[in-house]
Amino acid sequence: MSSVQYVLGIECTAHTFGCGVVSSEGTVLSNTKAEYVPKTGGIHPREASQHHAAKASATIRDALKEADLRLSDVDAVAFSAGPGLGPCLRTGATVARMLSLLSSKPLVPVNHCIAHIEVGRMVTEEEDPLVVYVSGGNTIVSAFSDGRYRIFGETLDIALGNCLDSFARSLGLGHPGVPKLESLANEGRSFIPLPYVVKGQDVSYSGLLTMAVRKIEESDPHDLSLSLLEVAYGTLAEVTERALAHTEKPSLLLTGGVARSPRLQRILESVCQEHSSRFYVVPPDLAGDNGAMIAWTGYLALKEDLTAPIETSYIRPKWRLDEVEVPWRR
Amino acid sequence: MAEMTLIKKGAEAELYRGKWQGFDVIFKRRIRKPYRNPDLDSYIRTSRTSLESKLISESRRLGVPTPIIYFVDLDRTEIIMSYIPGLPLKKMMPTMDETSIKQFFVKIGKMVGRLHRGGIVHGDLTTSNMIVKDGSVFFIDFGLGEYTPDLEARGVDIHLMRRTLESSHHEVSKIAYNSFISGYSRVMGGETEEVLRRVSEIRRRGRYVEGER
Repeated sequence: MSSVQYVLGIECTAHTFGCGVVSSEGTVLSNTKAEYVPKTGGIHPREASQHHAAKASATIRDALKEADLRLSDVDAVAFSAGPGLGPCLRTGATVARMLSLLSSKPLVPVNHCIAHIEVGRMVTEEEDPLVVYVSGGNTIVSAFSDGRYRIFGETLDIALGNCLDSFARSLGLGHPGVPKLESLANEGRSFIPLPYVVKGQDVSYSGLLTMAVRKIEESDPHDLSLSLLEVAYGTLAEVTERALAHTEKPSLLLTGGVARSPRLQRILESVCQEHSSRFYVVPPDLAGDNGAMIAWTGYLALKEDLTAPIETSYIRPKWRLDEVEVPWRR
Repeated sequence: MAEMTLIKKGAEAELYRGKWQGFDVIFKRRIRKPYRNPDLDSYIRTSRTSLESKLISESRRLGVPTPIIYFVDLDRTEIIMSYIPGLPLKKMMPTMDETSIKQFFVKIGKMVGRLHRGGIVHGDLTTSNMIVKDGSVFFIDFGLGEYTPDLEARGVDIHLMRRTLESSHHEVSKIAYNSFISGYSRVMGGETEEVLRRVSEIRRRGRYVEGER
């Protein structure tokens, strides 16, 4: 009998239904996903959950096929229990519970934010980085200290990805918003003043978004996009730099969907150079929401016996990163 | 001019220690950020240098120990101020017993109360920005400070203090925070309650915070 274990992970917190299979050696065997794209406007929680329910079985089947495993070969089923949108979380949890019952394998609830961090540590093999986690729903600067991922800075209102996506929609750019915004910004010439808000270690994007949207009529879209990105990334870079100086961590890990941004990568890399820190970015296929990160974190939790019986495998839509004990790093 | 030694490369400024007109001083120089748009960069550096020097002097007048400002050079975005021979509170805390932590945080609470009463918020109340010298606490780094009587700004000030305690000193964070508030309310009196209500509102506004934890 081989000692390699396999964990299947279900990600279902917002736009993405993802299924990944990861081995105990940290190899991603498969990582399939189906993404809900609203016809207009932002995410509609109920419609997203219906999309996920419809796509679940095909996505899971593809993941198992690609991994060349049967459901009975996996050693545990992990799922993202939060934070996220209630309807989506419930769909993902239901699917995971069913897989756990079908296979008689333990069910492992995973915190979505922790998964973004742990998958980054897995691929970069960096033991103790300062983490910048940016996505459509989260903007967090975090570092591990005494058993938990502590939050050193975060957004006081909306997330970075949310700010940029909303602005991109207001400009009439389609999905995905951030890459289109960045290519517009590359042709921007002059800087338009926008509210630059840093409160201690925290950032705030809602006022910035309001002001940027208000200036759409009167401004050149290239210049406005450039200015919005400069201010949004600039404030994040500033709080990141403060956290790097304060925690004195040897490296920085950029993770989450917005980690794909080349402009943000350049900026944070420059911050690292000034502080002689190593800079890492999670690869694009593991940056956005995905099942593999849930599977890997599920494996780490499984080793610590952090499984949940079906009856109490509740979802936690407001589960904060810093509420979670991380025994595998003690 | 005597030589200067780099003593700290902070997030936005470099701190050098040296002699200036015979005084033992700190040169705080805000450096260009290559990753920032040049217009935005020079605006931020100039306005923060100017404002910070005013806030540091004004805070001293309010009875809150801060460095003495000797000279401000806006072209070089540099402040020259007195050197405080002491240790950051962040480094002292692990060696302190409960009684002295209480005493220190009552004192710090009173100092923040005096700032707020005087219409100033510090903007970055972390234990790295507090220097302990002969039992006195000196506030440094007013780079994110403001002149404002706004409830919101005061609330954020206290929220940040609490967050620093929770992330960097969580073993003693409750004791330290409660002492801080008791000192703060001694100066702020009846206004304290309103500020604390805003603090918990700000906390709840954050991502995924349930009720008052």
